[in-house]
Amino acid sequence: MPYPEMMIKPMRDEVSRLGVQELRTVAEVDSALGDITGTAMVFVNSVCGCAAGGARPALTKALANSRLPARKYSVFAGQDLEATARARSYFGEYQPSSPSVALLKDGEVVAFVHRHEIEGRSPDQIAANLVNAFDTHCA
Amino acid sequence: MSGHVFHPGHDELHGVTVVVEAAEGRTLVGRWHEQTPRGVLLHDVAVHDPLKSAVSKEEWFVKLRKFGVAVELKHAVVPAGQLLDIRRLVE
Repeated sequence: MPYPEMMIKPMRDEVSRLGVQELRTVAEVDSALGDITGTAMVFVNSVCGCAAGGARPALTKALANSRLPARKYSVFAGQDLEATARARSYFGEYQPSSPSVALLKDGEVVAFVHRHEIEGRSPDQIAANLVNAFDTHCA
Repeated sequence: MSGHVFHPGHDELHGVTVVVEAAEGRTLVGRWHEQTPRGVLLHDVAVHDPLKSAVSKEEWFVKLRKFGVAVELKHAVVPAGQLLDIRRLVE
């Protein structure tokens, strides 16, 4: 069951103010991820304090990198259920987890940071993983 | 804003993806909820059973680490008497 919107708004804002476009409907997801060329990142946001408390600061650090995805999106797991499920339909074999980060290139997942690679790690460690993916796949 | 957490009052592993080695060669990977005298409760669990799985445990772990935890059980309790080892999936 989704949390009250007022409780999670700061978590949405923490990501949106990084220039990451939040996708809240199926139509928005399809418009963003359907038939795209180039690179796109999808941050799967989450309320979970065990992991998302590190993931959002890590995203902030990683997006300061010189090489970045051409498009940056987020969906909010557990809140925007249909949009999140639709976004995950673009992730192929990669299993749902939240928080997580998918990096797509020409519509295919080329890097994925799972929840289990986020929980218990510092924002610097998580960011390093993301930066490595950006440096490898982004212009 | 990263201080916005909703998991107060739980133990250190709460919410962490762990590997539980259990009796009869079974391996479970899931999110730790709690440990009580009765056993361990996990959420969103994948299971490798050497008697049922088509792949070796090593192959199973390789796929799990790359593609994530393919959930077979929403919840699982491993009785205390069957626990052999508990560790984080990612150390």
